[in-house]
Amino acid sequence: MNPEHSDNAGATAYPPAPGFGGGPPPETVLSVKDLTVTFPSDDGPVQAVRGVSYDLHAGEVLGIVGESGSGKSVSSMAVMGLLPKTARTAGSVRFRDRELLGLTEKEMTGIRGRQIAMIFQDPMTSLNPVYKIGWQLAEAVLAHHDVTKAVARKRALELLEIVGIPSPDKRIDQYPHEFSGGMRQRVVIAIAMANDPDVIIADEPTTALDVTVQAQVLEALRAAQQETGAAMVLITHDLGVVAGQADRVLVMYAGKPVEIGPIDGIYYHPRMPYTVGLLGSLPRLDQRSQEKLTPIPGTPPSVVNLPPGCPFAPRCPLRTDICLQSEPALLPALGADHEAACHHSDQLTGEGAMDIFSTDPNAAPGERPDAEPGLPPTGPGTGPGIEPGSPAAGPSTEPGTAPGSPSAGPGTEPGADPQNGAAQ
Amino acid sequence: MTTTPTPTPAPASAPAAPLLTVRNLVKEFPIRSSGLFRKQVGVVQAVSGISFDIAPGETLGLVGESGCGKSTTSRAVLHLQPATSGTVVFDGVDLTTVGKNDLRRLRRDMQLVFQDPFASLDPRITVNEIIAEPLRIHGLYGEKDAGRDKVKELMATVGLKPEHGNRYPHEFSGGQRQRIGIARALALRPKLLVLDEPVSALDVSIQAGVINLLEELQDELGLAYLFVAHDLSVVRHIADRVAVMYLGKIVELGPRDQLFDHPQHPYTQALISAIPIPDPRRERTRQRILLQGDVPSPANPPSGCRFRTRCPKFQTLTSEQQHKCINEEPLLVGRGPGGMATSDDAVHKAACHYAESVQLL
Repeated sequence: MNPEHSDNAGATAYPPAPGFGGGPPPETVLSVKDLTVTFPSDDGPVQAVRGVSYDLHAGEVLGIVGESGSGKSVSSMAVMGLLPKTARTAGSVRFRDRELLGLTEKEMTGIRGRQIAMIFQDPMTSLNPVYKIGWQLAEAVLAHHDVTKAVARKRALELLEIVGIPSPDKRIDQYPHEFSGGMRQRVVIAIAMANDPDVIIADEPTTALDVTVQAQVLEALRAAQQETGAAMVLITHDLGVVAGQADRVLVMYAGKPVEIGPIDGIYYHPRMPYTVGLLGSLPRLDQRSQEKLTPIPGTPPSVVNLPPGCPFAPRCPLRTDICLQSEPALLPALGADHEAACHHSDQLTGEGAMDIFSTDPNAAPGERPDAEPGLPPTGPGTGPGIEPGSPAAGPSTEPGTAPGSPSAGPGTEPGADPQNGAAQ
Repeated sequence: MTTTPTPTPAPASAPAAPLLTVRNLVKEFPIRSSGLFRKQVGVVQAVSGISFDIAPGETLGLVGESGCGKSTTSRAVLHLQPATSGTVVFDGVDLTTVGKNDLRRLRRDMQLVFQDPFASLDPRITVNEIIAEPLRIHGLYGEKDAGRDKVKELMATVGLKPEHGNRYPHEFSGGQRQRIGIARALALRPKLLVLDEPVSALDVSIQAGVINLLEELQDELGLAYLFVAHDLSVVRHIADRVAVMYLGKIVELGPRDQLFDHPQHPYTQALISAIPIPDPRRERTRQRILLQGDVPSPANPPSGCRFRTRCPKFQTLTSEQQHKCINEEPLLVGRGPGGMATSDDAVHKAACHYAESVQLL
């Protein structure tokens, strides 16, 4: 780093993330237990969320990561009570000592914005195009506080200042279309922090933005969190964004958490093959490596009529019989606070994606590129495993097929069914 | 562990003739009034005079943020949207002057893969027909059996099952559809593939498979790629050389590792520092260069250096030095110590009067 450059005005170094290792256990502000969300559809019920549990501690940032369709957004909409009436929600969502599921719309309105605020992906659809920015900010303040309009406007100006909008006294009387995408998202963040909430749920807050703008918005989000002291749920598909922002991470797959733990534990010692695969499939900006990326074969399953067993099994290189029969529970894997849902998480000690996933597009997923003698392909007591590379090694996985996935179309061959593979 | 053979990077002085030579490419779009006659009231320069080469078998990554002109460049290179001025020489022929029939013949050798695998495939025809279409148009489909075999072979090449050729696009996942788009682009055995954000619509676990496929195809078929993307991590992985665009101009151009490890232009530096890295410890201690403000309108770009309104370096300069940024447009040339312009044909070029290499990763 050039010394001349390091003290320039635009440069900011991030402080280290606050640790939660020592000290008394922090207060839990939001507690989600066995949350399930089901939508009716013509093909049968869609189990978008199949049992999500987590505790959010005061002041921490919990990152929820997963690919499209993993249920990360739906579970958070359920927390806010924003799902359509057709959705069937069960389980428990407690904010401090209050159960939120089952509250009436009126009761929920008192909580939304005041105690739990939400930031959506698309700032243009969260702002009303026909009202000035200042009016929309003041509205958020007036919704929960009995103050005069002048006070609300003053607060609105303060908020715009905090999120880094230049010349807020001019901007406050402009309409959303006069703002750029990044500026709009900062206004949405300002609205979210207007009432000093205890929890902010940010659903892909930077996905629609360019990287340099994303950096600005993440900075604004950080400022908002520090200002309000709120705990934050950060939903994103970008593992890079989570790495820089979160204290803890929850990885979702097919509507369920498959791994949860402190950020460093998840990134440096993942205990679930999906997490390992996800990290291994990312091209890295900071590496010269000419090695191939390691894609995860197949595609995520449809959450309509999921087969029994681990939903990741059809794509998993460590799959054995037990994986096809019973779905693993989320159990402590590396210390009490790092849990993983995998029958074979004890095999995943210090292995990278290269060690377990094949980079050869024609290899079957059960095939390990280097079968180490110390690591039997089957877990203890799991019966006869599928021999690596044997014809019975489950779905044929040229990338062209999506094993076990209805998205592969009506003609999916019987051979591509993991259950048939196991029955042979 | 498999290691891919490194695709031969383009030699610095390029003794072999480049496959594609772009010189001073300008693309303007009219701004029209909203009245009845839609009178032209101004012009936006989406691309303002850019030059680059692509050697056979080489990948040039073209990166930048939305609105910087990277997609317009890719379309002008293929002459889908003819350039306003400048030359695009492909395989020795200038596309800006060539006649319609010759252009059609040349198009066999240059194909495009689109970003959105859902919008770029006709939902009403089968995959076989989608892939056969370019063959039929150029009269290369041949007899029924021969054509069908060609299509099957193409499907196998991109990792699809040939027996799925009778299915329709909606029956495939996003990653598979992108493979169909690639198979269609490969049908005419092109020399150059223009890939416009080919993986940005895909989930990461699927994206990796498509990137690997593109690398394999390049090794097997000796294709040259113009890889347009906003994701610098993907570009670092796949490109041999990288061009960074800002507001219609290339601000830095160089071999991949040199550009990422020692970026010289303040914009490239800000861009690299803004990309989140999936590594918590590094991410926490990394230095971020936050840019102020937004990209100015291309209809009314700043004088001199177009980046100066947001440039962190500009803030640190004396007013005398700033004078140069405001009045004099920096050229894209090799830069010595203190940003001094050196040779015109350097490998690593930056368009900044005060270019200075910095290590950020």
